[in-house]
Amino acid sequence: MLGRLILNHYEAAAIILSGIGLATLLFHRNLIKKILGLNIMDSACFLFLAAKGYVARRAAPILLPASEGRWVAHAGAYVNPIPAGLVLTGIVVSVSVTAFALALTLRFYKHYGTLDIDAAFTRTRGTEPEEEASPDPATEKMRERLEQEGLL
Amino acid sequence: MVASTGNSLFAVEWLLLIFLIVCAVFVSCARDLLNAVVIFMSYSLIMAVIWVLLQAPDLAITEAAVGAGVTSLLFFLALRRVDRIGHSQEKKEEHHD
Amino acid sequence: MIEKLTSLFKGFRDWVEGNGPRPENEGMPPEAPPPLPFTLKPPTAHSARFHELTIRERRRLWLESYGGDLFSSLYVGIGILACVLFVFVLLAAVAELPPFGDPGNPANNEVVQRYVERGGRETGAQNIVAGMILDYRAFDTFGESVVLFTAAVCVLMLLSTVADDSSSRTAPCRFVQNSGLTALKPVQNSGLTALKPVQNSGLTALKPVQRDDAILRGVASLSIPIILLLGCAVVVEGHLSPGGGFSGGAILSAGLILCANAYGFDRVHRVFSERTFVRSSSGALLAYAVMKGWSFFSGANHIESGIPTGKVGNILSGGLILPLNICVGLVVAGTLYSFYALFSEGEI
Repeated sequence: MLGRLILNHYEAAAIILSGIGLATLLFHRNLIKKILGLNIMDSACFLFLAAKGYVARRAAPILLPASEGRWVAHAGAYVNPIPAGLVLTGIVVSVSVTAFALALTLRFYKHYGTLDIDAAFTRTRGTEPEEEASPDPATEKMRERLEQEGLL
Repeated sequence: MVASTGNSLFAVEWLLLIFLIVCAVFVSCARDLLNAVVIFMSYSLIMAVIWVLLQAPDLAITEAAVGAGVTSLLFFLALRRVDRIGHSQEKKEEHHD
Repeated sequence: MIEKLTSLFKGFRDWVEGNGPRPENEGMPPEAPPPLPFTLKPPTAHSARFHELTIRERRRLWLESYGGDLFSSLYVGIGILACVLFVFVLLAAVAELPPFGDPGNPANNEVVQRYVERGGRETGAQNIVAGMILDYRAFDTFGESVVLFTAAVCVLMLLSTVADDSSSRTAPCRFVQNSGLTALKPVQNSGLTALKPVQNSGLTALKPVQRDDAILRGVASLSIPIILLLGCAVVVEGHLSPGGGFSGGAILSAGLILCANAYGFDRVHRVFSERTFVRSSSGALLAYAVMKGWSFFSGANHIESGIPTGKVGNILSGGLILPLNICVGLVVAGTLYSFYALFSEGEI
């Protein structure tokens, strides 16, 4: 397996990069870190696609001049142009997704005053007025009972 | 434009891929968000070089302009909006005094 | 060995960070732990008459004292497991893929052959990628330009400060306030007080950037014309050389951003305001749709569209690719510049 992976080193690197991006996305509480992780996953996908289109010892897909007014136009001379076109689309879409996510993050910061997801959610839970004013009867009952028994 | 022979650039390819993974790890591990964004910028630049090695010059130009330029700029602006950069500068100035 | 490696890694990380360890949530206000309805000691089996609580109460007690920790440790465990599984399954799949750079790769099929061998004659473009994305697959690129424009509109809606400062800037709100519709006032006031502290801190952070910077201005006056010319060249030569609407538009927007940074937004406003952005982008999208719609309507697969493809390699060749590239370049340049303007100023 390792030998095959070394043969396919671009693809293997792309997989490892997307793993790192996924870990960043999952384990960081900071929203900007999460967006960075999403960007890393994006570019890992692009690297994988472009690596699938590469053919050794061939030129970039721009027609080369053969003689006066003629062009080299056989498929054996150039690398695969299709992944390049797809990835070109993807890079621009990833920028717009990043900009949109960052705009949402700024609104989030404006509303909660923090970039930390957990802190923001605990804050909303802590400041909800109904919860503090009247706890539900079951909690109240248990509280009385615990006070009687000296657990509290 | 001459096709790259592959073998002569073998070491460069491996070096760039390792750089790429190290950069990604440090984007993930950096505790200061500003550092993370700067490292992400270098990650995008390395990616642009890799596009050239993969014979995709269209992608190299787009990645250098869009990935390293505009995306990082948007991250910097977002960090400035949440006062992150200003804070660390103030802290450093206090440190020097 | 492992300890040595981890200490090495820590040292390297500290070196990357600049100075010693800093907390992850630097710059965030300190967080108080969420207040529970009442404070609890963790339940122990030894406390008096604990066994008389029902199972449900015991579960609730336990969850309230340990539930958060349980959830976070469960989350971390499942997350690590998911990441490791993800990487290993995909690596095993990659090991089975055909070798990298092999001409016999199944990705290099008859579609590629057709695009390369007849693309030059059919589209008239020397750059096969440009011929592909702007001729064979032009609707895809159209959708992508629309995605960019939509993202810009969404960012405009989310970040525009014009809507927030309703008291000072926009005329309709002032009119409503003056006309004595008092019912609206409390809502507006509460909204403003909630937003104000954050807005003020943001504005004070923005101010020192707009200072006189002689070096930046000197460099900018030299480089802005070159950057803008390069952007135009990359857009216009998209069908002959690497580049095209996307990269050229990004370079153009970089020139505009540099101009805005060096000379202030007022200078850019003279050539590029919100009205220009909306008009140029929507006009370019409409022109794209009309041109490509005509080409598809009159004969999709290069049957008879009446559009000359020209001689491959000339600047006026490639049929519709050159005007389509200019349209895409306009949309991309406007969108990326407006992203910048919205993120830094809150208005285009």
